[in-house]
Amino acid sequence: METIKANSAFLCNYEVMQILQKLKDNTHKKHKREASLATVTYETVHYLQDTECKNQSAQKIQKFLEAMKKYKLTKVEKLMMVNTPPRTELEIQLIVQESEERLSEEDVQDIISIVSQHLLANDNSNT
Amino acid sequence: MFVLAEMKDVIRVNPEYFRQSLTDSITTLLNRKLANKVVLEVGLCIVLFDITNVGHSYIFPGDGSSHTEVKFRYIVFRPIIEEILIGKIRSCSREGVHVTLGFFDDILIPVNALQHPSRFDETDQAWVWEYPKEDGEKHDLFMDSGESIRFRVTSEFFEESLPTGPPGTDCTVQTVAPYRLIGGINEPGLGLLTWWETPDQEGEEDEIDDE
Repeated sequence: METIKANSAFLCNYEVMQILQKLKDNTHKKHKREASLATVTYETVHYLQDTECKNQSAQKIQKFLEAMKKYKLTKVEKLMMVNTPPRTELEIQLIVQESEERLSEEDVQDIISIVSQHLLANDNSNT
Repeated sequence: MFVLAEMKDVIRVNPEYFRQSLTDSITTLLNRKLANKVVLEVGLCIVLFDITNVGHSYIFPGDGSSHTEVKFRYIVFRPIIEEILIGKIRSCSREGVHVTLGFFDDILIPVNALQHPSRFDETDQAWVWEYPKEDGEKHDLFMDSGESIRFRVTSEFFEESLPTGPPGTDCTVQTVAPYRLIGGINEPGLGLLTWWETPDQEGEEDEIDDE
């Protein structure tokens, strides 16, 4: 076996969740499942269920990325925001390197509201 | 934290599986071979993403199986260095705090990367962040098992694991983790999620609206 490219693309938690769930639904119909595949999919889905990706959708993430275009953040920083949506200024500081220089205070507030609009569950009654 | 890795392999399909489609056989065999395993310098393999290229199949003399070269992409757990992840505390020891993500356990936050000052509580077997209060006293923040923790990935280590000996022999079984992550929580905002939660979640939203 050969590795051509160890990292050809990033996936966000939501995409992985979708793929694993589809796999789970499909394999129910087929009788046999591989033990190690079953373990890792079960555990990964279990982990992802506790993250914010269960409230996300492809459209929401797309809209979020559209809205974030003007802030000149790197791909990885945006990916982290999708995976662990920041709710506070402190969390943005952790995700964005040298955020004090790159983002003004208004930017930070705007990002928090964009995040809560697109990436977090809007329905507060459930939480 | 998840990436796609492009790989190439020759897949050997036994004749008994010729009745099912080649794609199905390849998918099954690749998942059997790689799922839940660590590939050196690649990461922890989760599941096959897609097959990008299927070459010609060959049959060699003396073997009825077909051999097919396939190129494929696999979903791999490989956090970026400096990435922020959320996990759960598995246990605490003198070495530091062991964190698990459920599907991946080999994450250590060493003592020098804990919040400062921290001490190890022998009776509770837990690390404690001695948060200094304004009046000079300190507030003990315990890091109990099972708590959610936010940490930054600071480095990764791949270890080549050797095959274990045949069953019944006294070969020393290697227990080295093939892929380890080292994390850190020595920055504001990192550590247990409860440490940084704003006491009033609803009030926070109002604040944003006001501004």
